[in-house]
Amino acid sequence: MQPVQRVEGRAIPFGQKNVDTDVIISAKWLKTVSREGLGAGAFESIRAQEGNIFDDPEYAGASILIAGDNFGCGSSREHAAWALDDMGIKAVIAPSFSDIFSGNAFKNGLLAIALPQDAINRLMEVARTDPITIDMESMSVTTPFQDRFVFEMDPFRHQCLIEGLDEIDLTMAKADAIKRHEMNSDSAQPWLKPVAA
Amino acid sequence: MTKAKTLYEKIWDAHVVDQRDDGTALIYIDRHLVHEVTSPQAFEGLRKAGRKVRRPDLTLAVPDHNLPTTARLDAEGNKIPIADPASAAQLEALEANAPAFGIKYIGASDINQGIVHVIGPEQGFTLPGTTMVCGDSHTAAHGALGALAFGIGTSEVEHVLATQTLQLSRSKSMEIRVEGLLCPGISPKDLILHIIGVIGTAGGTGHVIEYRGEVFEQMSIEGRLTISNMSIEAGARAGLIAPDDKTYAYLKGRPMAPKGADWDAAVAYWKTLPTDEGAIFDKSVTINAADVSPTVTWGTSPEDVVPVNGTVPAPESFADPSKQDAARKSLDYMGLESGQALRDVMVENIFIGSCTNSRIEDLRAAAAVLEGRKKADNVKWAIVVPGSGLVKAQAESEGLDRIFTDAGFEWREPGCSACLGMNPDKVPAGERCASTSNRNFVGRQGPGARTHLMSPAMAAAAAVTGRLTDVRELTR
Repeated sequence: MQPVQRVEGRAIPFGQKNVDTDVIISAKWLKTVSREGLGAGAFESIRAQEGNIFDDPEYAGASILIAGDNFGCGSSREHAAWALDDMGIKAVIAPSFSDIFSGNAFKNGLLAIALPQDAINRLMEVARTDPITIDMESMSVTTPFQDRFVFEMDPFRHQCLIEGLDEIDLTMAKADAIKRHEMNSDSAQPWLKPVAA
Repeated sequence: MTKAKTLYEKIWDAHVVDQRDDGTALIYIDRHLVHEVTSPQAFEGLRKAGRKVRRPDLTLAVPDHNLPTTARLDAEGNKIPIADPASAAQLEALEANAPAFGIKYIGASDINQGIVHVIGPEQGFTLPGTTMVCGDSHTAAHGALGALAFGIGTSEVEHVLATQTLQLSRSKSMEIRVEGLLCPGISPKDLILHIIGVIGTAGGTGHVIEYRGEVFEQMSIEGRLTISNMSIEAGARAGLIAPDDKTYAYLKGRPMAPKGADWDAAVAYWKTLPTDEGAIFDKSVTINAADVSPTVTWGTSPEDVVPVNGTVPAPESFADPSKQDAARKSLDYMGLESGQALRDVMVENIFIGSCTNSRIEDLRAAAAVLEGRKKADNVKWAIVVPGSGLVKAQAESEGLDRIFTDAGFEWREPGCSACLGMNPDKVPAGERCASTSNRNFVGRQGPGARTHLMSPAMAAAAAVTGRLTDVRELTR
């Protein structure tokens, strides 16, 4: 994973609540064996509508998406995070995220930043005309108008993101502890091994 | 005295491999189900990094999402090729990846094939007190047997394949206590839709639910699977029901379940799992079972529920302005007017299936309504898709397939089918579907498709009358 210290740029003031992952990327795009090229299918049902915000030239090249509560609910498809990344989005700011989506975003270095609704309202306003900056070191979102909103993040995820750590490598380093757990359960709970059917 | 613990806390504590100071923990995963859609990139990642699958014996692979539900073998027993090249490539990838990494694979024409969340319990792969994952959000279903089961993304699939663990933060716990018993003719699907309507699609976010109360104790394992399955629709990653004698009776003798002395030791352990008296939940919601009617959805979110004898709500009736806006969009998409009676809504398509409602009891409930009846003329397409080859065989041995086909339904091969519009089973744009699946999202059953979620008996009733119907009118 590439380290992420800072995301700066225009933000799409989308604002919708309960955006499900079927809306972010519909099922027909899931028939792929690759992680690439899914940006073309992102928000397809919304982009089919004339005058939609995603095709507004004002927001061309935006790197941030601002949304409402419960972003990324529904299906566990990581294709949603891949599609956002492929369309150039490096961070989503919303009042809350579904648990699975925020995990998927993290694994792909896509920032899922939770801020209270009043901060979201202000950022939506700024986004219409000006860029927004997310700084991972100070864990803050700022605007050119002196707004500053501090966010929280799971410390483990924060460290992985700013240092670009590979989570599987980190876990592999705990191989002894994993082996110990397996030996304990083999003796205490031998029935845990599935019977070969 | 030891601290009183919830079922969730007991399972969590038994699976901590390594605890970090920041509160996250490395959690051991006992069971991993793999299907064709969310796994190819994970296997590719392993290959690129030169990694192996740590515990192929704890992993089980089966195709379900993409697989057409039409015949898989021709009269000579040869495989019928899959028309869509992208689907075919994804299915071939799983068929090749599973043996290459030493994972047991149930093939498309094997009688044990089926939807991951149907075959897990059916094979005895799902066990109480285990941690279980799959790259599919409806993995929550397995919580019905007292397993801590939850959906994961593809990077996590790769992490579990490589290490048999996940790095997780402990969730909060949420009790959903249902007081009293359901009225006659009310199914588990009506209850879970009602619960989602009460707590909302984000009501369980960050939480693991435990469903508690006499109604769940009396409910069959298959009914419990329907309840736990839709926990994710309430935002919760997992939804547990304490294992009990019904759980043990259901699992005993299943092919992959423990045998002999191992079985006895397992049951003794499982009996220690239920939540202790005095254990504290972070959040608690009480639902009155008597309030639950036959329930359908009217909008494009699973929280948009209403009793079938009710009317489409007015967007202005919601307090939250953003919900008002969402309701307006939903009504526009669904082609409904506020104040319209749900029972006047005509349907052209019927789908009985999905990991929520494709087990034998679901098919029996639908067949009981359809026996001796025919689908209405305005119903153009009606399909029944059993959850597994074993469910299909059982239904055929009971003659249920003939009841369905006599009523004008198509009797299909097992798979996810019209739940998610990624295989050939789709609902045409602008048409309605009375569906026993779990999501009524925009475009879920196909672009422009209008989904009304309901129980199998209610979907059967809608097939007979050609409109949304209170099944009790037909069974009285």
